[in-house]
Amino acid sequence: MIDTLHELLARLASFFRKRARDEDFDQEMAAHLEFAMQENLRRGMPLDEARRHAMVEIGGVSQARELHRESRGLPLLDTVTQDLQYAGRTLKRDAGLTVFAILMVGLGVGASCTVFSVLNALLIRPLPFADPDRLVWIANGTSEDRSRQATQVANLVELQAQSDSFSSIGGYSPFYGAGDILLSGGGEPERLTGVPVTETFFPLLGLKPAVGRFFSAEECRWKAPKTVVLSHGFWQRRFAGDPGVIGRQLILDGEPATIIGVLPATFDFAATFTPGSRAELFYPFPLTQETNSQGNTLALIGRLRQDANLNTAQAEATVVGERIRGAAALDRSRNGFRPKLSSLRDRVSGRFRYALVVLAGAVALLMLLVCANLSNLLLARASARQKEMAIRTALGAGRGRLVRQMLIESIVLAFAGAAFGLALAVGGTTLLARLPGANIPLLQSVRVDGVALAFTLSISVLTGIVFGMAPALQASTTAPIDALKESGRGLIGGGRGWMRGSLVVCEIALAAVLLTGAGLLTESLIRVLHVDLGFATGNLLALRADPGRAYTSHAQKLAYFDRLLRTVRSVHGVESAGITDALPLGENFGWRDWGLGAKGQVYERGKRPSPLIRIVDDGYLATMRIPLRAGRDFTNADNLTSERVVLVNETFARTLWPGEDPLGRIITPTLASYQEYRVIGVVGGVRYFGFEKDSGPEVYFPIRQNANFSSVDLVVRGSSSPALLAAAVRTALRSADPNLPAADFRTMDDLVDRAVFARRLIVVLLTGFAAFGLILASLGIFSVISYSVSRRKPEIGLRIALGASAGGLQAQILMQTLKLAAIGLAAGVPASWAAALAIRGLLFDTSANDWATFAGVLAVITCVAAVAGYVPARRASRLNPLDTLRCD
Amino acid sequence: MTAKKLDLMQGTLDIMVLQTLSAMGSLHGYGIARRIEQISGNQVLLNQGTIYASLVRLQQRGWIASVWGTSDNQRRAKYYSITRRGAKQLAAGVQRWERLSDVMGRMLGQNVEDAG
Repeated sequence: MIDTLHELLARLASFFRKRARDEDFDQEMAAHLEFAMQENLRRGMPLDEARRHAMVEIGGVSQARELHRESRGLPLLDTVTQDLQYAGRTLKRDAGLTVFAILMVGLGVGASCTVFSVLNALLIRPLPFADPDRLVWIANGTSEDRSRQATQVANLVELQAQSDSFSSIGGYSPFYGAGDILLSGGGEPERLTGVPVTETFFPLLGLKPAVGRFFSAEECRWKAPKTVVLSHGFWQRRFAGDPGVIGRQLILDGEPATIIGVLPATFDFAATFTPGSRAELFYPFPLTQETNSQGNTLALIGRLRQDANLNTAQAEATVVGERIRGAAALDRSRNGFRPKLSSLRDRVSGRFRYALVVLAGAVALLMLLVCANLSNLLLARASARQKEMAIRTALGAGRGRLVRQMLIESIVLAFAGAAFGLALAVGGTTLLARLPGANIPLLQSVRVDGVALAFTLSISVLTGIVFGMAPALQASTTAPIDALKESGRGLIGGGRGWMRGSLVVCEIALAAVLLTGAGLLTESLIRVLHVDLGFATGNLLALRADPGRAYTSHAQKLAYFDRLLRTVRSVHGVESAGITDALPLGENFGWRDWGLGAKGQVYERGKRPSPLIRIVDDGYLATMRIPLRAGRDFTNADNLTSERVVLVNETFARTLWPGEDPLGRIITPTLASYQEYRVIGVVGGVRYFGFEKDSGPEVYFPIRQNANFSSVDLVVRGSSSPALLAAAVRTALRSADPNLPAADFRTMDDLVDRAVFARRLIVVLLTGFAAFGLILASLGIFSVISYSVSRRKPEIGLRIALGASAGGLQAQILMQTLKLAAIGLAAGVPASWAAALAIRGLLFDTSANDWATFAGVLAVITCVAAVAGYVPARRASRLNPLDTLRCD
Repeated sequence: MTAKKLDLMQGTLDIMVLQTLSAMGSLHGYGIARRIEQISGNQVLLNQGTIYASLVRLQQRGWIASVWGTSDNQRRAKYYSITRRGAKQLAAGVQRWERLSDVMGRMLGQNVEDAG
């Protein structure tokens, strides 16, 4: 044991003191030779003979030295350093190829590492909570809409009390309005988003405040003095991270609230739970009789005990849910509860898993393409280096040594490329994390971390081995005699082209798969963007315009709106303006359930229709260009003194009165305050929640008759571009209300962009990959055809000399190219079809076997192949036969 | 023609070197090589150069030590001598060899009897 260690250390020392050891050895050798010579002389040999004999007995001085080195140093490391130095020299000699290869690998690795980093942030890296695997999302029912998964306060309390699976349950109320809170007092007024959270919420997640503390039980009482916790971002932005803000008061909606703490930088509430929006403030949500009576208000998160798992917890929660539903059937103040548990990770980013896996698959194909391409290039160079290899073999280099040498060259290339790729990935991830309008959870936390580095390192080694293997094996299998013979260059080209040919076929097939995927998803994006939202998005501006606290009565608020509208309408370039309490595609979903039904109709419990409710003014429908199908729009005469009226969309009309004329019918809510609303018109449906969600039943109430709105958006349609319009409108509004924050100006196009953000991102990435793949494949074709042409130069020259026409030659070479393309497509089309089936779930209104896409891919690849083959074909047909026959 | 010389098995040369140094005390490389050739009655195929690989290996294990000195005819040469650890190794090696040759002897003897 000690001996081994001793030897290892000594070997290491020798490794670094090669020269000294060699000199030592040389002196010893010289002494040895002299002793031997003297002995030989003593035996009576002549001087020459004595010297020769001494050398023979030693068995070769250089062999002995080599053996000495191997025994004393680290022979493996020695040869690897040698190989590295040699690789460096070779790569420098072929600078063009080296740069090209580094670029290829770099782009491939850059793409892989970026996609991996996104995958890592969304699916692999633990959520920024303590022991995040034990956190579960407790939905109410199976609705997709998060707001509809909310549950009642009493249900939280009961689940906590009756279940043994959870160490803690907490939640937040998802019904806060984005920008609902107006911060005034010192500095620029600003609209902030505040999230009501239960006392247990932050401790449940295992968060530690950056400064200060979280809410106490005392602060979570009903009507307790107001306290707030700040998000880390807001604290940095507004207070420059000053820890002295703790205890200070903010004026929120005109009332003071004490800052008690700041969230840690690791936790971005909005990025995690409501991507694409923001949340600056958190305030307590009391679990009391008063909040219980507000209905389903809480989104629940539970922490599982150590001995519980998702299944046992679900079983238990189901039982509790049944009990609660039993009680709710008897008690009208109680709502039912159908707990549906899922891991918090699934809830946060699970819906992006599919798309990410597709992207990862695409990047894997791309890396294969890069490997095939470089393999191809190195094969070409290996052919050129056959003589070098042959000489090295003849001089005694073993096959293993040659393969290792070639592999080390390709790994060095791969590493250099990876370094470049890593730089690209760092840029790419930074860009992604800062993309405005992103509505993908955790996207802001995307970065190249240690895991991504390790991943990159391993794929670069793998890449180097994969693309270096074929050339290495080919170079080393050449019998020296054959390679040296080939310099004779016969008229018929070499037969080893099949390997390169099949690589190109693979490249074409891979490119076809990437192109098909990109094509189908682009088609889907176009279809999505052409979906009729039910209103016109162009030249449309939106601005949060909540009346301040100064306007308390309904009449005062209406007067405020009238003044705003008058001001805006007078701006040059404004065509029309209107008011709504919830924008389509907006952050404010405006969920509420008034249980609206047809008068006289008896509904079973829970079966009453629940249309989407919008409170709008008489300018809204016209400004949005929501079509009026029958009856009339609201007018300013529909006010508190006139009959209560509503507009319904076609879906709601069909739900309430199938096959009958809805005009003039009466709608009633379930609420005790019995009120009748007459339907005065039918309008088209609006996709309020995005392109890919059909519009449901919708009903509009006139704002002059209904004060049940919390937030208000002003919508403005102009004749010029929104950017020009915005400045003018802002100036005009400032004069009407100096307290109006200007930051919340959005164009409807921004909202549209945000709504299709994820889909567009995937399309952009995939299209980029496909384009890169296509370039690689065309380069592959080009290099193989060029190579085969150059090998056939003498033959082609002879043909030209014998009278072959340029056109005929070109056609022949082009046919050769197209044959490759055809074989590639024969493999690529079925593969593409399989890939299309795999991404079916991401397609929108596009069939997986969309023939137009497939035809397009065929056409593009054939054209690219033809162009890639035409260049060398043309060059070949212009060869001067004398030159080609003369060259030796 | 003389009979083919014996190829040395791995590790055998190391034992021979250790034994030579143990018997002869301090010796230079050429001396060790000649001594092995003499003792073996020129039966061993020895590229004298391989001695030096063995020497450096043994030295790096700490089983022999070396020092530059001057020969009888005033030639500078490196002299090797066995260390205490080397002596211990030699004893272990000798024992192993004796057991092995004993076993080999019995195995081969048995084969002859069976065949005869």
